[in-house]
Amino acid sequence: MIRLTVNGIEHTAEPAGAESLLATLRDRLGLAGSKDACEQGECGSCSVIMDGELVCSCLVMAADADGSEITTVEGLAPAGELHPVQRALVEAHGVQCGYCTPGFAVAAAHLFEREPSPSADDIKEALSGNICRCTGYGAILRALTGLAGEEP
Amino acid sequence: MEIARPTDLAGVLDALDADPAATLLAGGTDLMVEVTYGGRRPASVVALRRVDELATWEGRTIGSGVTWARIEHGPVRALAQAARTVGSPQIRSAGTIGGNLGTASPAGDGLPFLAAVDASVVLASTAGRRTLRWDEFLTGPKQNALQPGEVIVGVELPEHLPERQEFAKIGARNAMVISVASACLVREAGGATRIALGSVGPTPVRARRAEEMISAEPSPSPAAVAEFGRLVAEEVSPITDHRSTAEYRRHASGVLARRLLERCL
Ligand SMILES: Cc1cc2nc3c(=O)[nH]c(=O)nc-3n(C[C@H](O)[C@H](O)[C@H](O)COP(=O)(O)OP(=O)(O)OC[C@H]3O[C@@H](n4cnc5c(N)ncnc54)[C@H](O)[C@@H]3O)c2cc1C
Ligand code: FES
Ligand code: FES
Repeated sequence: MIRLTVNGIEHTAEPAGAESLLATLRDRLGLAGSKDACEQGECGSCSVIMDGELVCSCLVMAADADGSEITTVEGLAPAGELHPVQRALVEAHGVQCGYCTPGFAVAAAHLFEREPSPSADDIKEALSGNICRCTGYGAILRALTGLAGEEP
Repeated sequence: MEIARPTDLAGVLDALDADPAATLLAGGTDLMVEVTYGGRRPASVVALRRVDELATWEGRTIGSGVTWARIEHGPVRALAQAARTVGSPQIRSAGTIGGNLGTASPAGDGLPFLAAVDASVVLASTAGRRTLRWDEFLTGPKQNALQPGEVIVGVELPEHLPERQEFAKIGARNAMVISVASACLVREAGGATRIALGSVGPTPVRARRAEEMISAEPSPSPAAVAEFGRLVAEEVSPITDHRSTAEYRRHASGVLARRLLERCL
């Protein structure tokens, strides 16, 4: 059995074997915001913040996450509200099918937490581990550079 | 699955002593892909993430648990350049230099630097410690000299590192790419030069004839630089696979060698 603090709430879970933190979050804790697309670290749709670090939850062995503090997309803002990066993505039409969006939102929130006015290059760098198959990235970058008060 | 989550090195060694076949887990960025796609089902795991002794970087000893994210901002220029090319921010915040050595992929981006500076790998078990030079440790593609019951403690750099050092890698795009060819070149002010290349042989390849030739040139002419590139391309032993062809990798090795040398002059 493992203990996790997810979005400020303590949970216990019984991961099967070497299952990923992503599987535990989605299938055992019912937190389906983190998306499962590639399951090999390539796409970033499963990004979460674990003990302050941005990681791919598909590459974290759940059994090794015992004792850690995790923020998922569900925890970026209080229920019913949006985090500024989420609002920016909505307003700039940075979402189409939405499958990549939780990962982008978590990665962007993690960036803005460390650097409130990142440059356009900082933003591209911070999002380089996230793949979007729909938007062509333009709208996502416009949303976040706008939030940073930067020219895209 | 059993998992041990020791918090110090002694705890790691005890866990390995009790179960020498246990799978070591650092950042998981290689291991979890094997679990998900390679059908690997470890019966028991020793997790290293909580061991501060492995995550420290003191002078010329880099702990196996030091992440690429830290190395990227660390003091060793070419190793930082290599770290910056690893995966993505997510991969770099979890992946470690010890895991790169544990996987021992021909494409491991940390390995050409270690080969170029003749670094050593420090291993420990309850029987004691041993230190192997990089080429004693890396024995083949995805093969290393780690024995059951042993853990990689860290990497030991030589006392003196040349100030001029450069790493570069070629791949299909900037982020998130496994190298098609990579190289690390170091050069002393007096001319002594070493170059190691990745993804063009079973383990990093030192182009020793090329090194000897260019080390004798304190201020190489354009012709000498070109000859250096030609010799490097001759000395690598690339294969064709799904990422590239042997011909392209050989060509790229020569180009990388010339460029890195020019940057170090
Ligand atoms: C999307 C993606 C992109 C990637 N891009 C790159 C890239 O650009 N360049 C690159 O070089 N690599 C890349 N990798 C591979 C990987 O991230 C690196 O090899 C990384 O350094 C592995 O470190 P880790 O701590 O995650 O290792 P783990 O996955 O935890 O372990 C890897 C292996 O090493 C063993 N091991 C780990 N620590 C020790 C130790 N202290 N002692 C003994 N054995 C140990 C494990 O048992 C396992 O066999 C990428 C991986 C992914 C998923
Ligand atoms: S699902 Fe984890 S990176 Fe794609
Ligand atoms: S909106 Fe569809 S993948 Fe990004």
